[in-house]
Amino acid sequence: MGLKQSLHKMKMKYEGTKMAPAFNAIHTFLYLPNETTHNGTHIKAADDLKRTMNIVIMSLVPCLIFGIFNAGYQQNLQMDVVERAAGFLSTEFWNLENFSIGAWKVLPLVLVSYGVGLLIEFIFAVIKGHEVEEGYLVTGMLVPLIVPIDIPLWMLAVAVIFGVVIGKEVFGGTGMNILNPALTIRAFLFFAYPTKMSGDQIWVAGDLKNTLAGQPDVLTGETILGSLAQNKEVAFSLWDQFWGFIPGSVGETSTFLILIGALILVLSKIGSWRIMLSAIAGSLVMGLIFNGVVAQGWIGESSKFFALMNTEFWNHLLIGGLAFGIVYMATDPVSASQTNKGKWIYGFLIGFVSVTIRVFNPAYPEGVMLAILLMNVFAPTIDHYVVEGNIKKRAKRLKVKTA
Amino acid sequence: MGLLSKKDTKLILDPLMDDNPITIQVLGICSALAITAQLKPSIVMAVSVIFVLGLGNVVISLMRNIIPSKIRIIVQLIVVATLVIIVDQVLKAFAYELSKELSVFIGLIITNCIIMGRFEAFALGNGPWRSFLDGIGNALGYGVILVIVGFFRELLGSGTLFGFQVLGDPVTKTGLYAIGYENNGFMVLPPMALIVVGIIIWVQRSRNKALIEEA
Repeated sequence: MGLKQSLHKMKMKYEGTKMAPAFNAIHTFLYLPNETTHNGTHIKAADDLKRTMNIVIMSLVPCLIFGIFNAGYQQNLQMDVVERAAGFLSTEFWNLENFSIGAWKVLPLVLVSYGVGLLIEFIFAVIKGHEVEEGYLVTGMLVPLIVPIDIPLWMLAVAVIFGVVIGKEVFGGTGMNILNPALTIRAFLFFAYPTKMSGDQIWVAGDLKNTLAGQPDVLTGETILGSLAQNKEVAFSLWDQFWGFIPGSVGETSTFLILIGALILVLSKIGSWRIMLSAIAGSLVMGLIFNGVVAQGWIGESSKFFALMNTEFWNHLLIGGLAFGIVYMATDPVSASQTNKGKWIYGFLIGFVSVTIRVFNPAYPEGVMLAILLMNVFAPTIDHYVVEGNIKKRAKRLKVKTA
Repeated sequence: MGLLSKKDTKLILDPLMDDNPITIQVLGICSALAITAQLKPSIVMAVSVIFVLGLGNVVISLMRNIIPSKIRIIVQLIVVATLVIIVDQVLKAFAYELSKELSVFIGLIITNCIIMGRFEAFALGNGPWRSFLDGIGNALGYGVILVIVGFFRELLGSGTLFGFQVLGDPVTKTGLYAIGYENNGFMVLPPMALIVVGIIIWVQRSRNKALIEEA
């Protein structure tokens, strides 16, 4: 008797009992249910919620793998174990030592994120008597990718509990949430434990106290946004920024791999290209405005905004989590705008506001998180006016015809 | 039942649970968010509101037959304002540091919706004794929530209760801090108070399904 049969038997045995949703979840996660609809007028489509989620996860896997290597690379780079990687395929980056260090740091994050989050989902499914929804599969993957590598695991667990319960379950579970759960979790961490979420000590793994004498106690590595906010020189080349050999949250550094992920999402029609495109446009426009301000000489070198404003407008897309946020978070179908015109506005404003926050408030280096959360709140309003506008336009047309 | 009849007991107990001014009527939220970052100001605020609402309800109830209904709001405001000024002056005289901490929020008791609400809804139509009980009951209901929220926010946000470091010293890393615990800075910010109040509402409504409104 195969695993599928035993699971099915278990499902039958527990049918109607309190724990039923928990068993059903395991069953449907692994296999097609034994009973499917066969006849009658039903929409038969392969891309159900579970497939959708799986494709998003697949598009995230390159970022995760890169993040694991990068975690080790950044640490080894500081310890002078490896040289600076020259190209994307450089062996200084893709080697076993980097991987083992990174995996040791990153995999616990993934485990905690999934373990705690799914536990909460199961508890709620059992209490409320509904099926376990697949929503957390993507959130659980996103969370470890958007936190600093050195975040203590218990903090992550607390934040995941908060994000899943307050960000999602109180609104009625998957599909009902107003805010993107992964970003809710990150925002919680950001405001609750700011010392672990920003600054220059957390982006490179390695609490190296009690190691050999002559070694540094803590490895520091500033993110590019961090150095720009302090008007310092950026120590990374543009290619490094594009390939992702820079310190930052675990999985968001490689713009190249995010582009590949974006391609997967757009081609499979899961991520909205409208949102991605307009968000990029929004950030470019804001970047151009700031560049213009500098070019006009309205702001001098002494200004604390100078370095960030003077950043080339397209460079904003390479640094920080902007690209990652635009591709994986802004396109979340639940919390984004639903109408096509609304998506253009929604995306544009995300890009626009991200760069604005980034430049004007160095205390909140990751503007994209706050921008997306803000626009999540406004998404229903945008939709409302788009729909209203459409109705008005059609009403007018009707009047012209009848008159 | 001795001192209080059954009906009178209800006046006090109802607002504590199933007719709570904050969690059920959703009044007086602003102050509940603003001053509950710590336990001490929460308690002082609760006591102040008990004083103002208890006494104010009695005064309004006594005057209820001679207040012309056209200007009753103004009269009510004057009564609250007078009582609030008394509280403010007493705090300034005897607990200056605290009054600094509470700053404008003592003055803003005047605008606390619970107070005007009870004047309008209860004191204008009931005798002084019942109005007194109603005022105390509602102010207590308000105070209970304040204290609960203040307790959790101070404990989790600052690791203290009434200023005592109950979880250990975060600087010298004793107690819980020795094993890597850290204070939750979000708890100190007002938005978290809203979430804590929301959780109380949630718990309350899942215990008593009758409180859930029809959607």
